[in-house]
Amino acid sequence: MPGGCRWDVGGLSAGADNVVGMKRFDKNPPAAGSAVTVRGLVKHYGETKALDGVDLDVREGTVMGVLGPNGAGKTTLVRILSTLITPDAGQAHVAGYDVVRQPRQLRRVIGLTGQYASVDEKLPGWENLYMIGRLLDLPRRDARARADELLERFSLTEAGKRPAATYSGGMRRRLDLAASMIGHPAVLYLDEPTTGLDPRTRNEVWDEVKRMVGDGVTVLLTTQYMEEAEQLASELTVVDRGKVIANGGIEELKAKVGGRTLRVRPADPLQLRPLAAFLDELGITGLANSTVDAQRGAVLVPILSDEQLTAVVGAVTARGVTIASITTELPSLDEVFLSLTGHRASAPQDPAPADAREEVAV
Amino acid sequence: MSATTVSPDARITPRGHLRHTGALVRRNLLWIRQDPESMFDALLMPVVFTLLFVYVFGGSIGQALGGGQDGYVQYVIPGMIAMMSMTLSQGVGTGFSQDFNSGVMDRFRSLPIGRGSVLFAKIAVEMLRMLFATAVLMVVAVLVGFDIRSWPGLFAAVGLSAVFASSIMWVFLTLGVILKNAQSVQAMGFMVLFPLQFGSSIFAPTQSMPGWLQAFTDYNPLSTLADAARGLMVGGPVAHDLWITLGWSVAITAVMAPVAIHKFRTKT
Repeated sequence: MPGGCRWDVGGLSAGADNVVGMKRFDKNPPAAGSAVTVRGLVKHYGETKALDGVDLDVREGTVMGVLGPNGAGKTTLVRILSTLITPDAGQAHVAGYDVVRQPRQLRRVIGLTGQYASVDEKLPGWENLYMIGRLLDLPRRDARARADELLERFSLTEAGKRPAATYSGGMRRRLDLAASMIGHPAVLYLDEPTTGLDPRTRNEVWDEVKRMVGDGVTVLLTTQYMEEAEQLASELTVVDRGKVIANGGIEELKAKVGGRTLRVRPADPLQLRPLAAFLDELGITGLANSTVDAQRGAVLVPILSDEQLTAVVGAVTARGVTIASITTELPSLDEVFLSLTGHRASAPQDPAPADAREEVAV
Repeated sequence: MSATTVSPDARITPRGHLRHTGALVRRNLLWIRQDPESMFDALLMPVVFTLLFVYVFGGSIGQALGGGQDGYVQYVIPGMIAMMSMTLSQGVGTGFSQDFNSGVMDRFRSLPIGRGSVLFAKIAVEMLRMLFATAVLMVVAVLVGFDIRSWPGLFAAVGLSAVFASSIMWVFLTLGVILKNAQSVQAMGFMVLFPLQFGSSIFAPTQSMPGWLQAFTDYNPLSTLADAARGLMVGGPVAHDLWITLGWSVAITAVMAPVAIHKFRTKT
């Protein structure tokens, strides 16, 4: 499989396993070792089909990203898998427990966090964690120790005595993550964990999630952002209007939708066309032709792998062109949808250019 | 991977239920500590209502009763205990509604706890608030001249109010689950409580009311609760009103507790 794993860069200890797992996943997933199994799940709200026959498999120890626009059914799926609502049809098992028939057992092995599940804002951080420890039947002493430990781990010790209402957005999400980890869940649901966060805070949350994954937790992540899926997930399921429209290894899907775009802006606009021509003639393996965005003075190069990115940046530097800026852009959710389905994401999207852009150090 | 072992059917033991309810009671008490202003209603209502009724209306009503303002104090204070238990029971509904809207309820419902624990903890804490308000009321009452003739009678009246309030709380819990936000719960609660409180014998005897209103006040459980409390605290017939009030409590609980629990379980 071409391309380095971006989630490897994030210091994820299980990264190498994920690559192997990803290849395996491309074939039919084995039932054994599956942490979450969903078959033909249906949920209606009146006329609206929130879920319309969803199949999903999440293998133990992996991160499954569920990508889709608002209203695609992502949250409905998570709510069914956490026993908050029951499906109208279909089956779902988590860690071997049936969501409908064994909710009590199932609740013991899951952790839930994200945009809807939350912490008690009126309680201090420590009290939130202690309360959940007690609700999970930890003895008082253990619940206290676990609260201390998790506050420490999520860098919230200082803020532990303050009501969560006084926390910043990022601190609150971290507390939320800590709360979902108290019972050592086997499967963790992250429902749009960074929606509404600024880019810096979002990176903080991502780092925490990567550490948790490193500890071997199985994660089901829902998101509206391709970049988030790419950062955290090894496998991806794309949903739209309650249906799965694509799934597979993330590299595979990225290849389908064309990967990233490198945007190089030379300091001298006269260099634009020569630079584009130069890159096309270089003959970097598999590199598609570049285009010129004259209006914004940049050369756009479609990039499929980190190797290509490195080669292009290297070649540009070697040529001695002075560069004013260089950025990579991920395909937006809209573009992903366009290439997978031929239509745009069905629900209106927040403009999220900041989420599809990353600076590259030159 | 999971540190917690799961018993085959994962039933929650009675001790488990107690532990969960305890943890949630602690949570609700911490709310009060973080936000002491939430106790203002429990603190101010008994003061304001007592002063209002005793000094503004008390003279005239007392005159009609034949005992003057001092006589009215003896009449209205037992009724106030009944009224306050009603008004404060609304808190369970608004608090519940806030929990649903903040998303913390989703977390509770995804935890392996009995769902009743969340309900019972709310009721327990609201009961404590009610006892606090009653204590404040009795202090004010004594200051405006109320004569506590029988301490056992006083405790019995408070106990009876608490029993009836606990049944009414199931109504508010249901409203808290089905209505969209805390404001709607409050508005709906007001619409339910207002006619019940004022169309009763709490503030004035019903003899002078028109016949159709008397027909309502006679069946109004708040009248029987107020009359029973009056009988217990200042003397007079008790048994009839006491039984009717207890009957109402049992009936309301029998109908509304299952409804509240069902609505809570199936809320999406």
